[in-house]
Amino acid sequence: MATDHAPATWHHFDDLEHQQQTTLFGMWAFLATEVLIFGGMFTAYTVYRMQYSAAFEAASRHLNLWIGGINTLVLLTSSLTMVLAVHAARHGQRRATTTQLLLTAALGSVFLALKAVEYYLDYRDNLVPLYAFDPAEWSALNVRPQHVELFLIFYYCLTGLHAVHLIIGIAVVLVLAVFAHRDYFTKEFHSPVEAWGLYWHFIDVVWVFLLPLLYLIGSRAIVG
Amino acid sequence: MSTISAPFRPQSSVRQTPTAGENYVNAAYGTRSWLLTTDHKRIALLYLVSVSSMFIIGGLAATLIRLNLLTPNGAFMTADTYNKTFTAHGIIMVFYFLVPVIPSVLGNFLLPLMIGARDLAFPRLNLASWYIYMVGAAMILWVIFSGGIDTGWTFYTPFSSKASHTDVIPAMIAIAIAGFSSIFTGLNFIVTVHYLRAPGMTWFRLPLFVWSLYATSLILLLATPVLTVALFLVAVERIFGIGIFDPALGGDPVLFQHLFWFYSHPAVYIMVLPAMGIVSEVITCFARKNIFGYPFVVAASLGIAVVGFLVWAHHMFVAGQSVYAALVFSLLSYCVAIPSAIKVFNWTATLYRGSISFRTPMLYILGFIGLFTLGGLTGLFLAALGLNVHVHDTYFIIAHFHFIMVGGTVMAYMGGLHYWWPKITGKLYPESWGRISALLIFFGFLLTFLPQFVLGYLGMPRRYFAYPPEFQVLNVLSTAGASILAVGYALPLTYLIWSLRYGPDAGPNPWEATGLEWQTPSPPPTHNFAEIPVVDCGPYEYSGEEVPDHGH
Ligand SMILES: [Cu+2]
Repeated sequence: MATDHAPATWHHFDDLEHQQQTTLFGMWAFLATEVLIFGGMFTAYTVYRMQYSAAFEAASRHLNLWIGGINTLVLLTSSLTMVLAVHAARHGQRRATTTQLLLTAALGSVFLALKAVEYYLDYRDNLVPLYAFDPAEWSALNVRPQHVELFLIFYYCLTGLHAVHLIIGIAVVLVLAVFAHRDYFTKEFHSPVEAWGLYWHFIDVVWVFLLPLLYLIGSRAIVG
Repeated sequence: MSTISAPFRPQSSVRQTPTAGENYVNAAYGTRSWLLTTDHKRIALLYLVSVSSMFIIGGLAATLIRLNLLTPNGAFMTADTYNKTFTAHGIIMVFYFLVPVIPSVLGNFLLPLMIGARDLAFPRLNLASWYIYMVGAAMILWVIFSGGIDTGWTFYTPFSSKASHTDVIPAMIAIAIAGFSSIFTGLNFIVTVHYLRAPGMTWFRLPLFVWSLYATSLILLLATPVLTVALFLVAVERIFGIGIFDPALGGDPVLFQHLFWFYSHPAVYIMVLPAMGIVSEVITCFARKNIFGYPFVVAASLGIAVVGFLVWAHHMFVAGQSVYAALVFSLLSYCVAIPSAIKVFNWTATLYRGSISFRTPMLYILGFIGLFTLGGLTGLFLAALGLNVHVHDTYFIIAHFHFIMVGGTVMAYMGGLHYWWPKITGKLYPESWGRISALLIFFGFLLTFLPQFVLGYLGMPRRYFAYPPEFQVLNVLSTAGASILAVGYALPLTYLIWSLRYGPDAGPNPWEATGLEWQTPSPPPTHNFAEIPVVDCGPYEYSGEEVPDHGH
């Protein structure tokens, strides 16, 4: 353990412990803002979901539940590895911290890759307004195509916003992994890992809301 | 997260004592030392320069508007230019001046000093929020000068999402960017108040300006993201032509108004809460008395922040929402007036039997109390469902919110700027010029906006380019008032800059005020305090002796 690698305390904190608590509180405050960003989107979505429930449910049934489900597992697992990374950092275990951070970033990337495949399949299935969309298909189902488009645009906005957060998360976790590898974190100083751990779990929780709101609102047979 | 509120900690590290006379201004020289600073005091000055520039640009737009309204059919602008001018005025003043001005300038400078800290919790984030603000400001200026936008600062759909052919999306991006600057400032303040208070600075010993900044920061943190979402959805609709807010395609234009006002009503409190904090500081100092009912003033700040989130739909009484919703929002809008009234009563009671000296800051603050009270009372008119329909979207509204934002926020900001100017710069400004400017602004303001109440009540709609000839007299009066107002604002700009060079030295505590910020030299040293103070009493322990006179 090379504690002398730990960065100096900023001049306005009493000690490292004080500084770490402050960092964590800052992340909590930031997540409060994030809740309101997604909250605003969820509110707008919910207004139309109530108003046009038939169209929204019909459109929801066309989403790829398999990929959505597998991705949920992937992301939940990444939260586990993130927790393990935080645990390792707290105990000053350099190798374990690095490995778990890398695993977290890897699982996040798997999620994004699967999501990209899913977007492609959506495109193939005519689920992209303006570019690949067949109004007649929906009129045949007795729902107004414009309402389906509303659902789809919210689907892309919400999952897209989530993906952007995840991309930022992966980038930060990779940077943290490099720092961890260089023995930057110690038993006494590990608040960056903890703070970004909170951020990572937040992304995860958002997805836990997105899955039922987008994929599960229309009842359907398990094998779609 | 182990604790929510920070325990007080003993001061461990001993700092190097700075050489005598060294302060945050002369500690380092050169552009680099300013553009890369993490000192909250320097960042406050960066904000002061940028925010004042935006005020001047927004003020020029206001001047053009008032000049054009001199004649019933527009004195010199086309209707289209007129639309773009009032949009520019609204956007610049609301998002780039009124929202950031007190928190980012005075709050930034004073918050750490007032709680006995060496800086804000996240100094680099603080600098980053200034840069973010500058990017947003540069972008909006580019939009305005490269052709302008005509949506009004409210961006109502479906006009903004379908009809307008101007650069709506870049403008919205610019505003969203400025929003992130606000969010980071608010975040920094909240964390700082929780974690960086000096030993003995308990929550109920915090100066009321700190409490009001804390309440403001809660709103900044929780309301701003919703504005971002609203603007984002309009942009998506404009780009992809999906009818998110377009009734023809199943969208709901009123939903935009809900999202927009969920931010923009609390934004009024973002502007006025810090102003109220300044009032409490100045009034105690120049009445030489402790504040009357400290806990009530604190509770009122928090109450305004919370209830302020529950009244947004009073902007939509004629937008087709349900009668029952309107009823509830009307009632809640009355409720939000209660904490504001409590504050006014507390200030008045503080003045009672105080030894009052009518110095420049005090004149501004007394002006605030008068104008804010009038603005608040007309707000009660507007909260009434029936009267609201009559004066909806008329000059009555314009006059009402200018009483709150200009008569309230700007008056208090000017008062605060004069009050803390000796602390910020170490110099005194010429007192008599200060008093003249305060009076000019007060009376100029009244002459500008009282006629607008009448105009609105008689039915002149806001934002209209032309008006019937019988309204001309009142419009000319208003424009005359605006010119007095302009002189009133130009004066401080001149003598404050003059004082930087020629003003007499202020000394650490020219008003003999009690706050921690006065217990350190003026201008303060880079690390604020040679020794972190230990606090053992409340913020306003005035003995009743008069404010010292500095020989004029
Ligand atoms: Cu309002």
